[in-house]
Amino acid sequence: MAYDKFDVLTSTAVPLPIENVDTDQIIPARFLKATERKGFGDNLFRDWRYHTDNTPKEHFVLNNPIYGGKILVGGKNFGSGSSREHAAWAIYDYGFRCVVSSFFADIFRNNCLNIGVLPVQVSPAFLQRIFEEIEKDPKAAFTVELQKQTITIEATGEKEEFEINSYKKENMLNGYDDIDYLISMKDEIKAFESGLPL
Amino acid sequence: MSTGRTLFDKVWDAHVVRKIEQGPDVLFIDRHLVHEVTSPVAFLGMKKRNKKVLYPERTFATADHNTPTRNQHLPVKDPLSANQLRALEENAKEHGIPYWGLGHKKNGIVHVIGPENGITLPGVTVVCGDSHTSTHGAFGAIAFGIGTSEVEMVLSTQCIMQPKPKRMRITIDGQLNKAVTPKDVALYIISQLTTSGATGYFVEYAGEVFSNMSMEGRMTVCNLSIEMGARGGMVAPDRKTFEYIKGREYTPKGEAWEKAMDYWSTLYSDENAQFDKEVVFDGSTIEPMITYGTNPGMGIGISSGIPTAESLDGGVATYRKSLEYMDFKEGEAMLGKKIDFVFLGSCTNGRIEDFRAFAEVVKGRKKADHVTAWLVPGSHQVEEAIKKEGILEILEKAGFELREPGCSACLAMNDDKIPAGKYAVSTSNRNFEGRQGPGARTLLASPLVAAAAAVTGRVTDPRELMELETA
Repeated sequence: MAYDKFDVLTSTAVPLPIENVDTDQIIPARFLKATERKGFGDNLFRDWRYHTDNTPKEHFVLNNPIYGGKILVGGKNFGSGSSREHAAWAIYDYGFRCVVSSFFADIFRNNCLNIGVLPVQVSPAFLQRIFEEIEKDPKAAFTVELQKQTITIEATGEKEEFEINSYKKENMLNGYDDIDYLISMKDEIKAFESGLPL
Repeated sequence: MSTGRTLFDKVWDAHVVRKIEQGPDVLFIDRHLVHEVTSPVAFLGMKKRNKKVLYPERTFATADHNTPTRNQHLPVKDPLSANQLRALEENAKEHGIPYWGLGHKKNGIVHVIGPENGITLPGVTVVCGDSHTSTHGAFGAIAFGIGTSEVEMVLSTQCIMQPKPKRMRITIDGQLNKAVTPKDVALYIISQLTTSGATGYFVEYAGEVFSNMSMEGRMTVCNLSIEMGARGGMVAPDRKTFEYIKGREYTPKGEAWEKAMDYWSTLYSDENAQFDKEVVFDGSTIEPMITYGTNPGMGIGISSGIPTAESLDGGVATYRKSLEYMDFKEGEAMLGKKIDFVFLGSCTNGRIEDFRAFAEVVKGRKKADHVTAWLVPGSHQVEEAIKKEGILEILEKAGFELREPGCSACLAMNDDKIPAGKYAVSTSNRNFEGRQGPGARTLLASPLVAAAAAVTGRVTDPRELMELETA
């Protein structure tokens, strides 16, 4: 499924300074029963966000109106556990376009890149600085420039580069997905298949 | 000096259709396993692009994640689950994919039935929209979990785009102690490496502990590779592997078997192969393990106490949040803690060997009155073996009942939910907050530890019960 292009994003950010946020927290398994990709944002962080009687948990960051924006900032090892792409869908559907952390789980990172959420991996020190800036001013703005592969703290101008392979970068800049690329290789794939031992 | 190649390199390189400069490899997938939860949106995407499954004969579908474990002959009550099951059945039919739905004799957990039917073979690539696809690495396959966009790629083109992971080898020699099972070995490794210690790597397990291990045990270890962050784990195929796969339905036969053996006999890491990271442990130091926190890396030897915040290398806030959820205190002993539920099953420990181990401990004993136990075989074939080997009789005499196959309480998508605040000793793979039901508290352990908890109602060292038997 194609998605919106990603170029430059300037936004406030939502802080979640917790480590090892697993995809069961991002979206619990009982909300994976849909056969279409819609409505997942409502259940983003469901059990951290709502009590069992569906009333909001006031202390949780998504329920605090001071915070908002298109950037989600999480602690290290973000997105570990289950491969459910629904976690990335929930993040996108809620309105985030970028997740920042000092370390991402592999499958989650791939899933994000495949649906147009940019995972930005920064150093632990820079992650700390981002959390400090948001704590100081919840309206602090950050700019993510995909072309330059940089993230900037607007208030101070502090900047760090992040990595992304050039193929995925091109895809995100243009809103392309891998499926079209693979479909265009059909003849090559069929020739390859005919030579396989198993 | 020429550098040798690792097992992982040999299998990966044999499947690269195209290398993209400064980008991922286009990797051919030999076997694609499909289940009801992560596939419907992929099939929907194909419909939008007007695509058909390129190789239905390389694709296999089953229902496991949200299926009930009781009364499978009746219509599924939950309308959303029923809808997903119907969608998979229709999609499989439309695209000509074999579908082993509820009630089919080959139905079961996707990672249990792949090996059972000879779908999983050495040297193949296997993917599934499920992170525990790493299980199949036990056969010397490259097997890993993927997201739904990737499921669509594989359905449409039998290929996936992946940057090649780095290579890690975990070597464990030494004799394992009594009551130390493959699950304990895996929980021990994860406790040492943490849940992100192998992120970015593909692991090869080597050393006498793994060569002595049964195929079922290797599956348990490879299954848990994802819990240390690795994309997958694998064991070089050996005589045990070939004996296991020989004669199974989809295993090549006759001349095709001989031809396959030529390929399989090359599948080992060369002596001078280079790994990006090497880790070595001593198997004789491992004891039965149990987790106390909310990720699989928070495991300890069953006789030791919960670590104190002081002893940790950072992450104290997350650690405290975790203990608060579990309602445990730092420094406390795990032994003797009262538990409410026991879950034996899942793609981690839902195979025949796991039921044999559980039965060994509960034989001649009784389930503790206050414990609710859910014993869920990984497949109908496992269920059949439980009956045939007389295990069912032992279990029933001890006050247990057997349910029907499925993922069940491992992820609690069906009705098998541990109630909020209750403690469950589970043989599954994840103790995340709410994993087994909102508010549920999970202690991950082996089938032996689960059995000891089931009969005593408390966290109990299985060696105590097993020693009584030999005394």
